[in-house]
Amino acid sequence: MNIFNKVGLALFVVALAIFTLSLGLDGYTFKQSKLEVDEIHRNSILEAIQNQDIEGKKFSNSFDYIHALRKMFEEATTIQEEKAKTGIPEDLQEWQFNLSKDKVNNYVLSIVKSTGDGIVSNNKVLFWWLTIGLGIIGGLIYIIPTFFKIPGIKNDHIYHRSMQKGLNLSIRGFFLGATIIGILLYGVFYMNKNWFWPAVTLVISGIIIALVLFRRNEKEHEPTKSASPPDVTGWLGVITGIYLIGFYILLYWVPEYIVPWIQIADPLKQLIVGTNADRWFLYGMLYTVIVLTMGIRMIAKYWHNKYQILRTISVMFFQTCFAFLIPEILSKLNMPSMDLKNIWPLNYSFFFDYNISNLIQSGGFGIFLLVWGTLLALVGVPVFVYFFGKRWYCSWVCGCGGLAETLGDPYRQLSDKSLRAWKYERFIVHGVLAFAVIMTILTLYTYFSGASRIIGLDSYSVRTWYGFLIGSAFAGVVGTGFYPLMGNRVWCRFGCPLAAYLGLVQRFKSKFRITTNGSQCISCGNCSTYCEMGIDVRWYAQRGQDIVRASCVGCGICSAVCPRGVLRLENASGDIDDRAEELRAVHISEDEVRLLS
Amino acid sequence: MKIIIIGNGISGITAARFIRKLSDYEITVLSYETDFFFSRTALMYIYMGHMRYEDTKPYEDWFWDKNKINLKNARVEHVDFTKKALTLSSGEKMSYDKLIIGTGSASNKFGWPGQDLERVYGMYSYQDLEAMEKYSEGLKRAVIVGGGLIGIEMAEMFHSRHIPVTLLVREEHYWNNVLPLEESKMVSRHIREHGLDLRLETELKEIHDNGKGEANAVTTNKGEKIECGFVGLTAGVHPNVQFLKKTDLEIDKGIVVNEFLETNMQDVYAIGDCAQLKSPKEGRRSIEAIWYTGKMMGETVAYNVCDRPVKYDPGIWFNSAKFLDIEYMVYGEVPTKIPDTMGTLYWEHPDGRKSIRINYDKNHGHVLGFNLMGVRYRHEVCEKWIKEKTNIENVLQHLGLANFDPEFYKQYDRKVVELYNEQTGKNLELKTKRGLAKVLSFLNR
Ligand SMILES: Cc1cc2nc3c(=O)[nH]c(=O)nc-3n(C[C@H](O)[C@H](O)[C@H](O)COP(=O)(O)OP(=O)(O)OC[C@H]3O[C@@H](n4cnc5c(N)ncnc54)[C@H](O)[C@@H]3O)c2cc1C
Ligand code: SF4
Ligand code: SF4
Repeated sequence: MNIFNKVGLALFVVALAIFTLSLGLDGYTFKQSKLEVDEIHRNSILEAIQNQDIEGKKFSNSFDYIHALRKMFEEATTIQEEKAKTGIPEDLQEWQFNLSKDKVNNYVLSIVKSTGDGIVSNNKVLFWWLTIGLGIIGGLIYIIPTFFKIPGIKNDHIYHRSMQKGLNLSIRGFFLGATIIGILLYGVFYMNKNWFWPAVTLVISGIIIALVLFRRNEKEHEPTKSASPPDVTGWLGVITGIYLIGFYILLYWVPEYIVPWIQIADPLKQLIVGTNADRWFLYGMLYTVIVLTMGIRMIAKYWHNKYQILRTISVMFFQTCFAFLIPEILSKLNMPSMDLKNIWPLNYSFFFDYNISNLIQSGGFGIFLLVWGTLLALVGVPVFVYFFGKRWYCSWVCGCGGLAETLGDPYRQLSDKSLRAWKYERFIVHGVLAFAVIMTILTLYTYFSGASRIIGLDSYSVRTWYGFLIGSAFAGVVGTGFYPLMGNRVWCRFGCPLAAYLGLVQRFKSKFRITTNGSQCISCGNCSTYCEMGIDVRWYAQRGQDIVRASCVGCGICSAVCPRGVLRLENASGDIDDRAEELRAVHISEDEVRLLS
Repeated sequence: MKIIIIGNGISGITAARFIRKLSDYEITVLSYETDFFFSRTALMYIYMGHMRYEDTKPYEDWFWDKNKINLKNARVEHVDFTKKALTLSSGEKMSYDKLIIGTGSASNKFGWPGQDLERVYGMYSYQDLEAMEKYSEGLKRAVIVGGGLIGIEMAEMFHSRHIPVTLLVREEHYWNNVLPLEESKMVSRHIREHGLDLRLETELKEIHDNGKGEANAVTTNKGEKIECGFVGLTAGVHPNVQFLKKTDLEIDKGIVVNEFLETNMQDVYAIGDCAQLKSPKEGRRSIEAIWYTGKMMGETVAYNVCDRPVKYDPGIWFNSAKFLDIEYMVYGEVPTKIPDTMGTLYWEHPDGRKSIRINYDKNHGHVLGFNLMGVRYRHEVCEKWIKEKTNIENVLQHLGLANFDPEFYKQYDRKVVELYNEQTGKNLELKTKRGLAKVLSFLNR
């Protein structure tokens, strides 16, 4: 580490510490006047406030405060329910009249946000600079010297670093198991104690495990290329993973605890749109800042590689403009805001009734968005994949891919290359695609017919469960939280329904493949190690076989790290089946020979 | 039929895999180095932290059971070729119907005083790597003796840990006994650019003992004494056949084999680094200790063992390596000293880290060889041009077919054409640029 690295790292650590601590710095004073609630709920809430005697009360930390608020709302809910018994206004449904759980969550969040009193909420701009700003500066100082190094591959010491070397198989197993169980248990609660969908998910998981381990005899195949040998555990990576997982849990399910962070985002939102931030703005801001900063790191690391530079600039651009700025500007202009590059089924709510109605009602531009989104999914995807492979989206445009290729780059070596993992991958990712398609069909059926039940399935609860399980838990908690545990493309590889769809086209009808340079491969394994999708690239390269794999996102890193110049990403349809044939004889041509595999 | 293969390197393992494809013979592979096949060429990446040992194994551990290839960690002490029996160091005896010897190489030692001290190692085996790892802690300087492909890898390894390295090289420029002058100057420059202490035209005279049986300094032939805590011996390798020297097996430098890779003993074959061809192809050496030839021999021997005789044909010479950050590729004839009958076209990038060299026959005009530094060329295309004796001017006009650099990389092929025009006063143009579709139709022609 040189002096730049040290200073940069120190600044970054300070920024991260302030960022984390900022959650606990503020106190709160409850003020009835800040209450923003629906008229029908107001009286019950006021009554509860009186009974609990919290008006004007000071709280030194968010835990006590949120606890008191929740207690108050519990009472308000009961009061409202009592009122419902004596009759509800004609024009309201019972669920609108009652204080639902979602409503309470929203009220709590908005009250916490408007009643903060302390150093962070009074110095939002300063804190933006002390956390986000300082983090960016520290990061850049750390990165800059890399631009001046002799051009070449810079992977030294990756497996010596606690942050990057990955973890022991049993600890990884523990994290996976705990996460799945935790998500399913929380899911029961999330679905209002309806255990049906969590139970279905559990059964399907069981079936997949059984199919992989028992039907395919995988049990005896102790996975060697799991990226998790017994004696390696990088604790810094594990801690980072826990931090990220924690972040997503707070963001998705208990945002009232991260109110100071949302407040730190206020000034920027004011600047762009003129309103205060919500948690999604906070998330978008962090996401963009991280993609940009870590994008610069990626560019510095691959300063000698034009493919990597262009690709990284592309994801930085699409994240900043399409995912972050354009939707904000559209909403400022009172237009339906949408991330124009977020394609169904990754954008799973695109065909939800409220989205369709919303788009249709907002006139010309809304209709354009509807047609745009539909065409992109049904025509754009297959056509572009045919010509360029799925990389045009996954490693040039997509936001999840963008984060994986920038923030996630230091962890790409942790993907599991065992055959067993590949088997899991195929079941799970295609399972998610099937789930997304079924859910969308049910939703559209409800939209057109008005009936919410089809063959005993309630399209609303399917949708809620999908949003929870796939949209939040898989894509966020596991997708990003597992970067330091299982590599940077866990979501893209195992979970993304769009990746599965793109992959099917790539596998069966595309010009894209990775060609191997004759017999130049020395089986060293750099390509496989650094393939974030867990493709055992060497398996193909060492036998001179072109690589046509559904999961390859065309990041080009295998080609970059190969010390013998063996791999090249190319588009051309000629001979593709022949050259990707399993046994393209290496030296002596022999047609009938076949290896038991 | 019981097949025993000594050595689980690339040659032995390739033989085992192909015998399995071709037959249901019982196959046993013996080795004392590691339990499973790993890629020797990746040893440096383990030390530098690019990969773990696990990642260097091309096949998962269950692969061997599944394909019914028995692996046994054992050292063969003796072979009785008449009884067709082996003795292992444990005393265990094994018998075979056919024996394949693929015992690889051992590092050269030229009788230097002190060469057998502790802290003096070659860089060949997994055990050598462990030794490097063991002595790296607190190491103040390493001296590396011999400037070949392994020497520079060893230097890069220590350099990655910020351990100062001195490289003693006999030649005038790095690897000048193989590379043409310009390329070898480029490598020398690049080594120095990385801050390594490269001593050209310098040889090792003596390794000093610190009194505890460990090396602590070396003296060069120029009389300089260099303090160091590790001495790396990378002045080439020789066939690892010591344990067979007292038998009737015909051994010269390596185990002598005919074109079917058969030794002078019935049902005994030798492949890879340890094999020496009785009559190598014209222009080729009798021992070619590289990965690719080991692989081709492994495949060839499998056919011969399975009674489908095939002659060993290494095809047109090719090789590749990497000098720190400069990739190197070669196809066909690229001699150190260009003979009079050979024309050579050498283009070098102003940054001094990329070059393209094309050799051709001056009299008949056909291409003979390609030497690339920092630029990637296609194996199949270059091979086809050389094999078909394609005229240099034809090659130049379609040079893009050979270009294998990643997408968006600048193409320098036009520069080579311009250079040719300059040298000959001709007016050729680059007609074909990079692109797979054109390559495929060229290859299928
Ligand atoms: C650091 C390094 C980098 C290299 N890089 C390249 C490169 O980039 N390109 C290239 O073309 N070549 C390279 N080479 C050379 C290449 O690795 C060798 O040519 C190749 O590995 C030889 O394979 P082999 O099967 O003949 O023997 P080996 O791989 O040496 O295998 C021989 C095996 O036989 C076993 N054995 C020996 N004696 C006995 C015995 N008595 N009983 C039991 N087992 C025994 C040993 O344990 C050993 O595992 C490199 C070599 C080294 C050391
Ligand atoms: S990185 Fe290159 S040489 Fe190494 S295994 Fe992969 S393709 Fe082969
Ligand atoms: S195979 Fe290569 S290009 Fe494809 S995802 Fe893996 S590393 Fe990236």
